[in-house]
Amino acid sequence: MSLFDVFGIAGSAMSSESVRLNVTASNLANAQSIGPDEASTYHARHPVFSAVMQSLQGVESPGVGVRVDGIVQSQAPLEQRYEPGHPMANDEGYVYLPNVNMIDEMSNMISASRSYQSNVEVLNTSKQLMLATLRLGQ
Amino acid sequence: MAISFDKALGEMPAQLSLYSKRSSLLASNLANADTPNFKARDIDFRNVLAAASGDQMALHTTRPGHIGGSDSLLSDPEPMYRIPTQPSLDGNTVNTQIEQAEFAENAVRYQSTLTFLGGRFQSLKLAIKGE
Repeated sequence: MSLFDVFGIAGSAMSSESVRLNVTASNLANAQSIGPDEASTYHARHPVFSAVMQSLQGVESPGVGVRVDGIVQSQAPLEQRYEPGHPMANDEGYVYLPNVNMIDEMSNMISASRSYQSNVEVLNTSKQLMLATLRLGQ
Repeated sequence: MAISFDKALGEMPAQLSLYSKRSSLLASNLANADTPNFKARDIDFRNVLAAASGDQMALHTTRPGHIGGSDSLLSDPEPMYRIPTQPSLDGNTVNTQIEQAEFAENAVRYQSTLTFLGGRFQSLKLAIKGE
Protein backbone atom coordinates (compact mmCIF):
# COMPACT_ATOMS: atom_id res chain seq x y z
CA MET A 1 0.00 0.00 0.00
CA SER A 2 1.79 3.04 -1.28
CA LEU A 3 -0.18 5.55 0.74
CA PHE A 4 1.46 4.14 3.84
CA ASP A 5 4.85 4.94 2.29
CA VAL A 6 3.86 8.59 2.19
CA PHE A 7 3.77 8.66 5.98
CA GLY A 8 7.32 7.34 6.16
CA ILE A 9 8.59 9.65 3.41
CA ALA A 10 6.95 12.82 4.72
CA GLY A 11 7.94 11.84 8.26
CA SER A 12 11.58 11.44 7.28
CA ALA A 13 11.50 14.81 5.55
CA MET A 14 9.91 16.45 8.59
CA SER A 15 12.52 15.04 10.91
CA SER A 16 15.33 16.12 8.55
CA GLU A 17 13.91 19.62 8.24
CA SER A 18 13.58 19.87 12.00
CA VAL A 19 17.26 18.89 12.32
CA ARG A 20 18.00 21.71 9.88
CA LEU A 21 15.92 24.15 11.96
CA ASN A 22 17.73 22.89 15.06
CA VAL A 23 21.15 23.53 13.53
CA THR A 24 20.05 26.97 12.34
CA ALA A 25 18.87 27.79 15.86
CA SER A 26 22.22 26.71 17.27
CA ASN A 27 24.07 28.82 14.68
CA LEU A 28 21.96 31.88 15.46
CA ALA A 29 22.30 31.33 19.19
CA ASN A 30 26.08 31.09 18.93
CA ALA A 31 26.55 33.94 16.46
CA GLN A 32 28.29 35.99 19.15
CA SER A 33 30.13 33.19 20.99
CA ILE A 34 33.60 34.70 21.06
CA GLY A 35 36.58 32.39 21.54
CA PRO A 36 40.31 32.76 22.27
CA ASP A 37 41.58 30.73 19.28
CA GLU A 38 40.47 29.29 15.95
CA ALA A 39 39.90 25.73 17.14
CA SER A 40 37.73 26.35 20.19
CA THR A 41 35.54 29.05 18.64
CA TYR A 42 32.12 28.06 17.32
CA HIS A 43 31.98 27.28 13.59
CA ALA A 44 28.68 27.49 11.69
CA ARG A 45 27.17 24.03 11.17
CA HIS A 46 25.09 22.81 8.26
CA PRO A 47 23.23 19.51 7.78
CA VAL A 48 23.85 17.42 4.64
CA PHE A 49 20.74 15.71 3.26
CA SER A 50 20.72 12.58 1.15
CA ALA A 51 17.96 10.55 -0.46
CA VAL A 52 17.27 7.10 0.94
CA MET A 53 15.33 4.35 -0.82
CA GLN A 54 12.34 3.07 1.09
CA SER A 55 11.90 -0.67 1.06
CA LEU A 56 9.28 -2.57 2.96
CA GLN A 57 10.09 -6.25 3.64
CA GLY A 58 12.58 -6.33 0.80
CA VAL A 59 10.12 -4.94 -1.73
CA GLU A 60 11.43 -1.76 -3.31
CA SER A 61 8.81 0.96 -3.26
CA PRO A 62 8.86 3.91 -5.66
CA GLY A 63 9.16 6.35 -2.76
CA VAL A 64 12.40 7.94 -1.71
CA GLY A 65 12.78 9.33 1.79
CA VAL A 66 15.41 11.72 3.08
CA ARG A 67 17.88 11.53 5.92
CA VAL A 68 20.55 13.70 7.46
CA ASP A 69 23.90 12.25 6.41
CA GLY A 70 25.81 14.38 8.83
CA ILE A 71 26.49 17.87 10.09
CA VAL A 72 29.44 19.67 8.52
CA GLN A 73 31.22 22.63 10.05
CA SER A 74 31.83 25.66 7.89
CA GLN A 75 35.46 26.05 6.79
CA ALA A 76 35.16 29.79 6.19
CA PRO A 77 37.86 31.80 7.99
CA LEU A 78 36.92 33.28 11.35
CA GLU A 79 36.93 37.00 11.91
CA GLN A 80 39.66 38.24 14.23
CA ARG A 81 39.03 41.30 16.30
CA TYR A 82 41.58 43.28 18.30
CA GLU A 83 40.15 43.59 21.82
CA PRO A 84 42.97 43.48 24.36
CA GLY A 85 40.63 44.22 27.25
CA HIS A 86 38.41 41.21 26.51
CA PRO A 87 38.74 38.36 29.05
CA MET A 88 38.88 35.84 26.15
CA ALA A 89 41.65 37.70 24.30
CA ASN A 90 44.82 35.74 23.48
CA ASP A 91 48.40 36.91 24.10
CA GLU A 92 48.35 39.26 21.11
CA GLY A 93 45.06 40.75 22.22
CA TYR A 94 42.84 39.14 19.55
CA VAL A 95 39.50 37.41 19.97
CA TYR A 96 37.87 35.16 17.33
CA LEU A 97 34.26 35.53 16.18
CA PRO A 98 32.18 32.63 14.79
CA ASN A 99 31.79 32.48 10.99
CA VAL A 100 27.99 32.48 11.22
CA ASN A 101 26.40 34.36 8.32
CA MET A 102 23.13 35.80 9.59
CA ILE A 103 21.59 36.17 6.13
CA ASP A 104 22.41 32.56 5.25
CA GLU A 105 20.91 31.37 8.51
CA MET A 106 17.70 33.37 8.17
CA SER A 107 17.11 32.18 4.60
CA ASN A 108 17.89 28.62 5.69
CA MET A 109 15.35 28.96 8.47
CA ILE A 110 12.61 30.17 6.12
CA SER A 111 13.40 27.42 3.60
CA ALA A 112 13.33 24.74 6.30
CA SER A 113 10.04 25.92 7.75
CA ARG A 114 8.41 26.11 4.29
CA SER A 115 9.59 22.60 3.43
CA TYR A 116 8.31 21.36 6.77
CA GLN A 117 4.93 22.94 6.06
CA SER A 118 4.60 21.39 2.63
CA ASN A 119 5.41 17.97 4.08
CA VAL A 120 2.78 18.41 6.79
CA GLU A 121 0.33 19.26 4.00
CA VAL A 122 1.27 16.05 2.14
CA LEU A 123 0.85 14.00 5.30
CA ASN A 124 -2.55 15.52 6.05
CA THR A 125 -3.83 14.95 2.51
CA SER A 126 -2.67 11.34 2.52
CA LYS A 127 -4.29 10.77 5.88
CA GLN A 128 -7.61 12.09 4.58
CA LEU A 129 -7.35 9.89 1.48
CA MET A 130 -6.67 6.82 3.62
CA LEU A 131 -9.58 7.58 5.93
CA ALA A 132 -11.84 8.05 2.90
CA THR A 133 -10.63 4.69 1.56
CA LEU A 134 -11.47 3.05 4.87
CA ARG A 135 -15.00 4.40 4.69
CA LEU A 136 -15.43 3.00 1.15
CA GLY A 137 -18.79 1.31 0.57
CA GLN A 138 -20.40 2.51 3.77
CA MET B 1 -26.62 -14.37 -13.78
CA ALA B 2 -23.85 -13.92 -11.25
CA ILE B 3 -22.60 -10.54 -10.18
CA SER B 4 -18.91 -10.27 -11.07
CA PHE B 5 -17.22 -7.82 -8.75
CA ASP B 6 -14.22 -7.52 -11.05
CA LYS B 7 -16.41 -6.46 -13.95
CA ALA B 8 -18.56 -4.21 -11.80
CA LEU B 9 -15.58 -2.30 -10.48
CA GLY B 10 -13.75 -2.09 -13.81
CA GLU B 11 -10.35 -0.43 -13.77
CA MET B 12 -11.05 1.66 -10.71
CA PRO B 13 -9.14 -0.44 -8.15
CA ALA B 14 -6.08 -0.42 -10.42
CA GLN B 15 -6.49 3.33 -10.85
CA LEU B 16 -6.57 3.81 -7.08
CA SER B 17 -3.39 1.84 -6.63
CA LEU B 18 -1.75 3.85 -9.40
CA TYR B 19 -2.82 7.12 -7.78
CA SER B 20 -1.45 5.98 -4.43
CA LYS B 21 1.85 4.98 -6.06
CA ARG B 22 2.02 8.38 -7.69
CA SER B 23 1.27 10.12 -4.40
CA SER B 24 4.20 8.31 -2.84
CA LEU B 25 6.45 9.43 -5.72
CA LEU B 26 5.29 13.04 -5.43
CA ALA B 27 5.71 12.90 -1.65
CA SER B 28 9.31 11.77 -2.11
CA ASN B 29 9.90 14.63 -4.53
CA LEU B 30 8.60 17.08 -1.94
CA ALA B 31 10.54 15.38 0.84
CA ASN B 32 13.77 15.72 -1.13
CA ALA B 33 13.20 19.33 -2.14
CA ASP B 34 16.45 20.26 -0.36
CA THR B 35 18.54 17.16 -1.12
CA PRO B 36 21.55 17.86 -3.35
CA ASN B 37 21.60 15.97 -6.68
CA PHE B 38 18.11 14.57 -6.21
CA LYS B 39 16.18 14.17 -9.47
CA ALA B 40 12.40 14.52 -9.33
CA ARG B 41 10.42 11.59 -10.75
CA ASP B 42 6.85 11.11 -11.83
CA ILE B 43 4.62 8.63 -13.64
CA ASP B 44 3.43 9.54 -17.14
CA PHE B 45 -0.18 9.02 -16.27
CA ARG B 46 -1.71 9.55 -19.70
CA ASN B 47 0.46 6.86 -21.31
CA VAL B 48 -0.14 4.34 -18.54
CA LEU B 49 -3.89 4.78 -18.65
CA ALA B 50 -3.99 4.74 -22.45
CA ALA B 51 -1.99 1.51 -22.49
CA ALA B 52 -4.21 -0.05 -19.85
CA SER B 53 -7.44 0.79 -21.64
CA GLY B 54 -6.11 -0.61 -24.91
CA ASP B 55 -5.87 2.63 -26.84
CA GLN B 56 -2.26 1.88 -27.63
CA MET B 57 -0.80 -0.96 -29.60
CA ALA B 58 0.53 -3.48 -27.11
CA LEU B 59 3.53 -5.70 -27.70
CA HIS B 60 2.47 -9.23 -28.45
CA THR B 61 4.53 -12.00 -26.88
CA THR B 62 4.60 -15.37 -28.58
CA ARG B 63 7.53 -16.93 -26.74
CA PRO B 64 8.52 -16.96 -23.08
CA GLY B 65 11.75 -15.03 -23.80
CA HIS B 66 9.99 -12.09 -25.39
CA ILE B 67 9.84 -8.76 -23.64
CA GLY B 68 6.27 -8.22 -22.54
CA GLY B 69 4.06 -5.34 -23.46
CA SER B 70 1.98 -3.12 -21.26
CA ASP B 71 0.26 -5.86 -19.25
CA SER B 72 2.01 -4.92 -16.04
CA LEU B 73 2.07 -1.19 -16.76
CA LEU B 74 -0.93 -0.32 -14.63
CA SER B 75 0.26 -2.31 -11.64
CA ASP B 76 3.93 -1.48 -11.96
CA PRO B 77 4.50 1.68 -14.00
CA GLU B 78 7.99 2.91 -14.69
CA PRO B 79 8.69 6.29 -13.04
CA MET B 80 10.42 8.81 -15.29
CA TYR B 81 12.60 11.78 -14.49
CA ARG B 82 11.10 15.22 -14.69
CA ILE B 83 12.60 17.71 -17.13
CA PRO B 84 13.74 20.63 -14.96
CA THR B 85 12.44 24.10 -15.80
CA GLN B 86 15.25 25.95 -14.10
CA PRO B 87 18.64 24.49 -13.26
CA SER B 88 19.89 24.73 -9.70
CA LEU B 89 23.45 24.78 -8.42
CA ASP B 90 23.15 21.68 -6.27
CA GLY B 91 21.81 19.46 -9.07
CA ASN B 92 18.34 19.19 -7.55
CA THR B 93 15.46 19.21 -10.04
CA VAL B 94 12.52 19.48 -7.63
CA ASN B 95 10.20 22.41 -8.23
CA THR B 96 8.17 22.57 -5.03
CA GLN B 97 5.28 24.51 -6.56
CA ILE B 98 4.82 22.05 -9.42
CA GLU B 99 5.06 19.08 -7.07
CA GLN B 100 2.51 20.58 -4.70
CA ALA B 101 0.10 21.27 -7.54
CA GLU B 102 0.54 17.74 -8.92
CA PHE B 103 0.07 16.25 -5.47
CA ALA B 104 -3.15 18.19 -4.92
CA GLU B 105 -4.43 17.16 -8.35
CA ASN B 106 -3.53 13.54 -7.66
CA ALA B 107 -5.36 13.66 -4.33
CA VAL B 108 -8.49 15.03 -5.98
CA ARG B 109 -8.32 12.35 -8.68
CA TYR B 110 -7.92 9.68 -6.02
CA GLN B 111 -10.90 11.03 -4.14
CA SER B 112 -13.08 11.20 -7.25
CA THR B 113 -12.24 7.62 -8.22
CA LEU B 114 -13.04 6.66 -4.64
CA THR B 115 -16.40 8.40 -4.89
CA PHE B 116 -17.24 6.59 -8.14
CA LEU B 117 -16.19 3.32 -6.56
CA GLY B 118 -18.42 4.04 -3.58
CA GLY B 119 -21.31 4.71 -5.93
CA ARG B 120 -20.64 1.39 -7.68
CA PHE B 121 -20.80 -0.38 -4.34
CA GLN B 122 -24.09 1.38 -3.55
CA SER B 123 -25.54 0.11 -6.83
CA LEU B 124 -24.32 -3.41 -6.10
CA LYS B 125 -25.94 -3.26 -2.67
CA LEU B 126 -29.16 -2.06 -4.24
CA ALA B 127 -29.05 -4.91 -6.75
CA ILE B 128 -28.39 -7.50 -4.03
CA LYS B 129 -31.12 -6.28 -1.73
CA GLY B 130 -33.57 -5.80 -4.59
CA GLU B 131 -35.51 -3.08 -2.81
